[in-house]
Amino acid sequence: MIIGLTHYLVVGAILFTLGVAGIILNRKNIIVILMSVELILLSVNLNFVAFSHELGDLTGQVFALYVLTVAAAEAAIGLAILVAFYRNRGTIAVEDINSLKG
Amino acid sequence: MAAVLFYIFATIMIGSACVVIFARNPVHSVLFLILAFCNGAGLFLLAGAEFLAMILIVVYVGAVAVLFLFVVMMLDVDFAELKQGFAKHLPLGLGVGVVVMVELGLIAIGWQSAPNASYAAASPMVANVSNTAALGQILYTKYAVFFEASAMVLLTAMIGAIVLTLHHRPNVKRQKISDQNARTRDNVIEIKKVPFRTGV
Repeated sequence: MIIGLTHYLVVGAILFTLGVAGIILNRKNIIVILMSVELILLSVNLNFVAFSHELGDLTGQVFALYVLTVAAAEAAIGLAILVAFYRNRGTIAVEDINSLKG
Repeated sequence: MAAVLFYIFATIMIGSACVVIFARNPVHSVLFLILAFCNGAGLFLLAGAEFLAMILIVVYVGAVAVLFLFVVMMLDVDFAELKQGFAKHLPLGLGVGVVVMVELGLIAIGWQSAPNASYAAASPMVANVSNTAALGQILYTKYAVFFEASAMVLLTAMIGAIVLTLHHRPNVKRQKISDQNARTRDNVIEIKKVPFRTGV
């Protein structure tokens, strides 16, 4: 059986769905939310690589590299914000992050 | 062979992604996230993107996932309390998941490319050049702006993370090189005439 583009797209779709569901299910735990975002970005990269392979075009891999960079930066900044927040408030519950509401 | 490997990698990746979002302990979540990334790297290898697979292992498993693990273990949080609303959000999460899944599935199955799409490739793959070399040849020439933009993104992230987490404690004596270098003989040494037999 030949593994075609559709197989990769289905795997990427399932992974994306799991990421979105993870954000909704773990609405209190911001660490798991960040991990779900990483899963979503991994599924996006999988689609980029699959299309790059299918069309014989390296541009998709260049863009996947860019997405990887942005995802790493996002994780670093997100976790730094989390550490700073925990140091100030002693909790990381998402409901408590509402100081800007006034 | 490739089909068997694809199904193994895909199954393990999706299973570990499920564990990531359903696990009670976030440490387990992080460990299964690492497993998902390793299997994602396997899928990248099967799709011919060797460089990205290695980058995924090095950057994600080596840096990002370890960063997650570090933060999870450093923050002393009662995770059982954070798991409280899980059952309440379960119907909504499953509903949204099903909707997204159906929409993406319709696209993934009913999708077809234009017959001459591969002629429009912006940077076609070159024969007899390894994936890493081909990627390097276009990354430093055609996509140099992208490359430098990602460097700026990483620089911003680095400075931002340092600024966010660095805090100076008071009452700590630090070495200030500029102050040391700015000292001169005139403003440091004071010469006094000491009278005989009286002291200063």
